[in-house]
Amino acid sequence: MALLSVQDLSVKFKRRGLAPFDAVDGVSFDVEAGKIVGLVGESGSGKSVTSLAIMRLLPKRGNTIGGVVDFDGTDLLRIPMSQMRDKRGADLAMIFQDPLSSLNPVVPIGLQITEVLKRHRGMRGAAAENEARDLLDQVGIPDPTRRLHEYAHQLSGGMRQRAMIAMALACRPRLLIADEPTTALDVTIQAQILSLLDTLVHEHGTAMIMITHDLGVVAGLCDEVNVMYAGRTVERADRYEIYAHPQHPYTNGLLASIPRLDSPPGERLHPVPGSVSDNIPWASACAFAPRCSNAIGDCRQQSPEFKPAPVGRDHLLRCFNPVEPEAVGAAAVQQMATSPIPPPSNKEQLS
Amino acid sequence: MVMDRKKERIDALAASGGSASTALLDSEDAKSGGGSIIADAWRRLRVSPVFWVGAIIVLLFLLLAIFADLIAPHDPGQLLLRSQTRLSRNQLAPPQPGFPLGGDLLGRDEFSRLVLGSRQTLLVGVFATAIGLAGGMILGTLAGAFGGVVDTVVMRVVDVMLSIPGLLLAISIAALFTTPSQWSVIIAVAVVQIPVFARLLRGQMLAQRGTDHVLAARALGVRRAPIVFRHMLPNSMSPVIVQATVVVAVSIIDAAALSFLGLGSQDVATPEWGQMLGEAQQKIDSYPALAFWPAGCIVVVALGFTLLGESLREALDPKNRR
Repeated sequence: MALLSVQDLSVKFKRRGLAPFDAVDGVSFDVEAGKIVGLVGESGSGKSVTSLAIMRLLPKRGNTIGGVVDFDGTDLLRIPMSQMRDKRGADLAMIFQDPLSSLNPVVPIGLQITEVLKRHRGMRGAAAENEARDLLDQVGIPDPTRRLHEYAHQLSGGMRQRAMIAMALACRPRLLIADEPTTALDVTIQAQILSLLDTLVHEHGTAMIMITHDLGVVAGLCDEVNVMYAGRTVERADRYEIYAHPQHPYTNGLLASIPRLDSPPGERLHPVPGSVSDNIPWASACAFAPRCSNAIGDCRQQSPEFKPAPVGRDHLLRCFNPVEPEAVGAAAVQQMATSPIPPPSNKEQLS
Repeated sequence: MVMDRKKERIDALAASGGSASTALLDSEDAKSGGGSIIADAWRRLRVSPVFWVGAIIVLLFLLLAIFADLIAPHDPGQLLLRSQTRLSRNQLAPPQPGFPLGGDLLGRDEFSRLVLGSRQTLLVGVFATAIGLAGGMILGTLAGAFGGVVDTVVMRVVDVMLSIPGLLLAISIAALFTTPSQWSVIIAVAVVQIPVFARLLRGQMLAQRGTDHVLAARALGVRRAPIVFRHMLPNSMSPVIVQATVVVAVSIIDAAALSFLGLGSQDVATPEWGQMLGEAQQKIDSYPALAFWPAGCIVVVALGFTLLGESLREALDPKNRR
């Protein structure tokens, strides 16, 4: 039994004078303890809304949330709000995209960490402060004693995100949701933060949902990848599988739009044409069809089902006319061959 | 070393994203300045000439009010000059040794009256602002923190109060008191300021509700009360503090207006600038100086607080931070 099991989660935004907007439209996935599950997609694909719905942080007004979010046997969507508040920060925690705006600008870092410790672990005074110092030390902030009394704007971007991670991990949550944790950071800092998350998550056996649009992050970190488009999962496989045999034209488009150092000079990028606003509803078609180079007649008349892909193992796909993996994945596969990702079993060697 | 290879991989993929950004080492300090917001604001205030002019005016005024007893050469209530000099009914005592500004309509020492009048002005300015601030903060916090029905009710009351011109409302409230006193003026002036503070704070609180750090605090399970009082309220205070400084000036002027109209203290022994101005208008044709001194004092003190508020606004503006 997975730690977190999201089943048929849907979020509808009410719109004045219009039909409700399906931000998330029947998403299901499981996260097991110690595993990292990636939600990938461009802006508007519903990945952040999914995470906010799991945490029940969406405003009550104007939203309808359906489905089941089973966390260790409890349906988070059906417990009273007071109970949910007890779980947030203690059992489930979240890291946000922009660490500067996610930290309170008028309260020192230390106080923001001890606040969580006091709330969930009943710590007081010096004990809480010592624990906060240890936490800052664990996430690799130098001179934690001094940093405790500093404000968010006095820290560098990387340190801010480390402080956010310290806060999120303060109560050893069993599930950590990271919503684009490295998007606002420098490339070198990105790598540091990701390896820090990786280490901490595996050390503590924490389950993690990694939300990102960066396939580089996915490649290095996630055990399983869910590619989302217009509120639905369009492709799911483990990370090797998805890079080796990307079959949904959207996944394929995402991979093709990454510039590569080893591509010949002058070669053009291949962006996915159009934008999310070109979608058609999933109900009677494939939402991606208007932007899809592989679209066939069925794509605009029927809604594709999420079923095993023609190629690969444990690979689910929502497409009528998948891309031939041999033909397209070539570039990605070539890269896999030149720099193989270490298999997860080697993770014990880290540190 | 497995980690190293992994890092390289991530870097390669991410770096291929385009901009070869300059590596900002994590251990390197962000360009940090000062500590808290207060320290930060002080650094900017220190170099602001507007702040210094305002601060010096306000400081001189405070000293004057505190040491008024020592500075005033005479008893402001005694009719000294009428008895000492031979003047016709319509003549006022001119400036003379010991009486730098001469006498007022009744022959009291004008200078001593001005000096002691500063106390009443300070009293009104401080208390009216404090009461208005307290009332406005309670209403604004309620409306901003709870939203919904509470917000609607509070804000409609505030709208009604704001729809009446401030001075008119103050006059009406002051007129309700059967025995006008300094306190009836203070309360009248304070009540007018409550909706101003309430509306300002409510708007700030609403903006805070949608911020990332409030969302992040909620995601960590922080309870409602600390969210309101530690995360939302302190971040909403900057414009309120600025407004409070400006309101001191407005209160002083409003209070002077009420006294001028005879709605203030009727106690002749405690001089008040507005009241002095009211008396002086009887002889404004022949003795304009009599009106000039209290009016000038009101203007200068109000200007001092306004300048102070302006410089605070500059210093606390989040756009200028860092």
